Amino acid sequence: MPNTQQLEDFVTQVRRDILRQVHKVNSGHPGGSLGCAEFFTVLYQEVMDRKEGFDMDGKDEDLFFLSNGHISPVFYSVLARSGYFSVEELNTFRLIDSRLQGHPTTHEGLPGVRIASGSLGQGMSVAIGAANSKKLNGDDHLVYSLHGDGELQEGQNWEAIMYAAAKKVDNLIATVDRNHQQIDGCTDDVLPMGDLTAKFEAFGWDVVEIKDGNNISEVLEGLKEAKSRTGKGKPVCILMTTVMGHGVDFMMHTHKWHGVAPNDEQLEKALSQNPETLGDY
Amino acid sequence: MKKYTNTGNKDTRSGFGDGLTELGKTNPNVVALCADLTGSLKMGDFQKNHPERFFQVGIAEANMMGIAAGMTIGGKIPFTGTFANFSTGRVYDQIRQSIAYSDKNVKICASHAGLTLGEDGATHQILEDIGLMKMLPGMTVINTCDYNQTKAATIAIAEHHGPVYLRFGRPKVANFTPEDQKFVIGKANMLNEGTDVTIIATGHLVWEALQAAEQLEEKGVSAEVIDIHTIKPLDEEAILASVKKTGCVVTAEEHNFLGGLGESVARTLTQNFPAPQEFVATQDTFGESGTPEQLMEKYGLNAEAIVKAAQKVLKRK
Repeated sequence: MPNTQQLEDFVTQVRRDILRQVHKVNSGHPGGSLGCAEFFTVLYQEVMDRKEGFDMDGKDEDLFFLSNGHISPVFYSVLARSGYFSVEELNTFRLIDSRLQGHPTTHEGLPGVRIASGSLGQGMSVAIGAANSKKLNGDDHLVYSLHGDGELQEGQNWEAIMYAAAKKVDNLIATVDRNHQQIDGCTDDVLPMGDLTAKFEAFGWDVVEIKDGNNISEVLEGLKEAKSRTGKGKPVCILMTTVMGHGVDFMMHTHKWHGVAPNDEQLEKALSQNPETLGDY
Repeated sequence: MKKYTNTGNKDTRSGFGDGLTELGKTNPNVVALCADLTGSLKMGDFQKNHPERFFQVGIAEANMMGIAAGMTIGGKIPFTGTFANFSTGRVYDQIRQSIAYSDKNVKICASHAGLTLGEDGATHQILEDIGLMKMLPGMTVINTCDYNQTKAATIAIAEHHGPVYLRFGRPKVANFTPEDQKFVIGKANMLNEGTDVTIIATGHLVWEALQAAEQLEEKGVSAEVIDIHTIKPLDEEAILASVKKTGCVVTAEEHNFLGGLGESVARTLTQNFPAPQEFVATQDTFGESGTPEQLMEKYGLNAEAIVKAAQKVLKRK
């Protein structure tokens, strides 16, 4: 099990990977990716019970579904550095003939990805389905999912949220990245979603809050707490507050880096704030 | 011409329900999901026999499609059940991203397709679903013609890996295909051999095509009748072999002429063997309330319409 310093180093390297991927092709979504570096790192390096290798059915292991597929750079970096494919392949992000599509897909057979996402609001239903499948198979492993907060504006989420509680899908931990930003601005300016804790609880979910999703210890504690609440008749939601663009000072606290890549100068500055730890690809 | 006997009117949706009941006994990986239309889809037996494998999702079709996609992960074979309208147009993006693009082994089973849904009217009478589904890469599209064929198709698609759209209907219609006829995805059924005109029909229009062929025979016209239950992948070989013999074709379907079987046949002919074609289909219109018989007559989707189309296309040879 990695110690905190090792996890910090992993996170820093993931941030470098994110920045370098989007810079190379001058496209992609760095903001939300940077904000979720700690979550992905802790989930894949510490929390999930994963088998060696990859098969689509994922029996007898924990599964993860990314619903807000545009933060593919952080997903790809953590998958590669967790052994699903070579880190060199990060060089092919968004290029023609690549398995690393702009948004994650199963279509090109990239290990680690079990569903296409990008068109928002669909991942929770898929995660519920996979959780149902685990129960039918007598497999007591868990299903994790990640959703953007702005993504909750899509109605399908609320169908899924209602279903999961009603049908006691208690082997599911759905995390919401509460960074309060979406493409057009602050979520509260675009379409305020009110008290998400109260909403999830009213729908019958057990809610865990991570107040600083960019603090490794807090993320780890939050995920452990969520895990301890599974199997008790309720689906578990983690409302995780993060800072979009975290780790790069000029990208933080703004929606402006949602889908914009840094130029050469900006990349250099951003990388200097995240020195190489595990080795660049 | 070959004589077909209606062994008694039955609804195609009951063929689906009975096929599903059969699968419940024979294939432990088959699971069923329904969006508050268990009775309409005839899924009650499966629900009763296998409550642990039946998932009532309520009136939430988008969620149903996503759950179905997720359930394939772990080896389940999900069959979703709701009306054709709510199985396609309402959830197109969910099917596109989570099922078709993700290559998930989901069977989308759609009842009450087309005008024969009847009195509920145009909000429920989808005439665009074949087009929507056949445009999705990797999607198999099947439209069955009677009870026996629907039951056989339901059982057959469980053995096929990949997303399938299975379209059937509400009313009781002639049941005439052999009970023991094996359903082969993508293989046309030659119902009657003829030499003057080819009639290619799908779904409820297949029985009408047989009636039309009898009427044409009385007028001295020899009509070949082909049942295309699988619109995608299309049995181009059977179509081309027939049209090369007859030199003209009528396509018949309970669907808009834009995007349906007729267009798939036209593309096949244009690329391989251009020939005159007439389309028995709705003409870019919505439906309306009425009895199934009234609607099929008003919108030109019955044996009489096929006869007229055949006479017209014969003059264009």
